[in-house]
Amino acid sequence: MSEVPRFWREAKHRYRLVGTRCENCNTLYFPPRDICPKCRRESVGKMREEELSGEGEIYSFTIVHDGLEQFKLQVPYVMALIKTKEGPLVTGQIVDCDPSEIKIGMNVRSVLRKVRTEGKSGILQYGYKFELK
Amino acid sequence: MSSIVSYGSYVPRFRIKAEEIARIWGENPENIKGGLMIYSKSVPGPDEDVLTISAEAAKNAIKRSGIDKSTIGAIFVGSESHPYAVKPTASILVEALGLPNSIHSADYEFACKAGTAAMQNVMGLVDSGMIENGLAIGADTSQGAPGDALEYSASAGGTAYIIGKKGIADINRTYSYTTDTPDFWRREGEKYPSHGGRFTGEPAYFKHVLMGAKKMMEMQNTKPTDYDYAVFHQPNGKFPTRAAKMLGFKEEQVKDGLLTPIIGNTYSASMMIGLSAILEKSEPGDRILAVAFGSGAGSDAFDITVNDSIRSFNKNAATGVMDQINRPIWVDYANYVKYRGKILMRGE
Ligand SMILES: [Zn+2]
Repeated sequence: MSEVPRFWREAKHRYRLVGTRCENCNTLYFPPRDICPKCRRESVGKMREEELSGEGEIYSFTIVHDGLEQFKLQVPYVMALIKTKEGPLVTGQIVDCDPSEIKIGMNVRSVLRKVRTEGKSGILQYGYKFELK
Repeated sequence: MSSIVSYGSYVPRFRIKAEEIARIWGENPENIKGGLMIYSKSVPGPDEDVLTISAEAAKNAIKRSGIDKSTIGAIFVGSESHPYAVKPTASILVEALGLPNSIHSADYEFACKAGTAAMQNVMGLVDSGMIENGLAIGADTSQGAPGDALEYSASAGGTAYIIGKKGIADINRTYSYTTDTPDFWRREGEKYPSHGGRFTGEPAYFKHVLMGAKKMMEMQNTKPTDYDYAVFHQPNGKFPTRAAKMLGFKEEQVKDGLLTPIIGNTYSASMMIGLSAILEKSEPGDRILAVAFGSGAGSDAFDITVNDSIRSFNKNAATGVMDQINRPIWVDYANYVKYRGKILMRGE
């Protein structure tokens, strides 16, 4: 059950790709940051939440054949680094695809999927994944 | 009078053919295809459930509507396969869709007509002036027991309607009919449903669907020829086709909303998804009769007239339901049971 508080805190970011933009230098961060690493003290109180569109392209990827026990029903699956339209690189699974057809540069969009389940009685964790456009 | 402001559907990409299920159980697929009019059905991915399906359907509806999300004052989700027994799907959707926290929300249950019950409740809140816009969702990831006739039809999908004061399709009237009929049930904690054999056809589906349609036309002083489209709950392809014929509707009026032969019975979404396919191609002035059925049993009927606003409606802001249906990923029975969690894993 230890995962519940952390997951709850991050839910908004995981559900809707909510990042933060530094209003001092205009950089968008995902995952969100409380302080802009470039502007530091200058960014205090100037970090604003912003939802990413979920659109992007595959920057790099790997095919997972030997996943954790709870992802066994999904192997082989694709984990990719997505270059989002807004800039930040986001790591996520590519769903509903034949892993052999995945190529760098393919256009994707985010979808909400089940990410983890804590056994039979624990919380269901949802979050962003990506599908081919 | 409340009106449909926007609509969005979601159908999982995985599909299995009737032949493939028949192959496992040594049945003749022609009996299923010819008898029940089911050729294939949708299969949810291993990471999909009613929450994820509802979220994708609702996102499509919101994108097309162009409305400010802060005007949404209610969200009701109808399903018989909510992911949690206790923890509302609606509560997670509020955060997942970025809706305001000052919102009326609840999960509804009434077999396959829980989603239309949600629509009626949103209509009531809109008509009373309590809210400006509301979301009504019907979604399911239903299961039939392995080898049961339901295994050919029980599928997954969802549809969301935003209902408000000013929309693209006015809901002229809604009517419901309810009786205590033991046609289909699932006890708490049971994985698969049971059905009451001879109760499923005449005394359940046909009685309630026909009563819903007839009473509606009687109250509205209309006849089948007054409607451009009709859509009924679709447990298979055969039942709604027969109901339409019994009521006097022609094939041209029902074919656009009849999706079960290809995607299976999406339960709470069944009629709602068919209605969304009709709205995707309808024009100002089109009149639609829509009747949902839920086992147990009851029906919800809607008399709808599409208005001029549909001309400026941005339907291309989301992927249409027919476009989703037309890009299947076919799976075999082995992958089907794997995705549906029917394989007993270590420690289970
Ligand atoms: Zn900065």
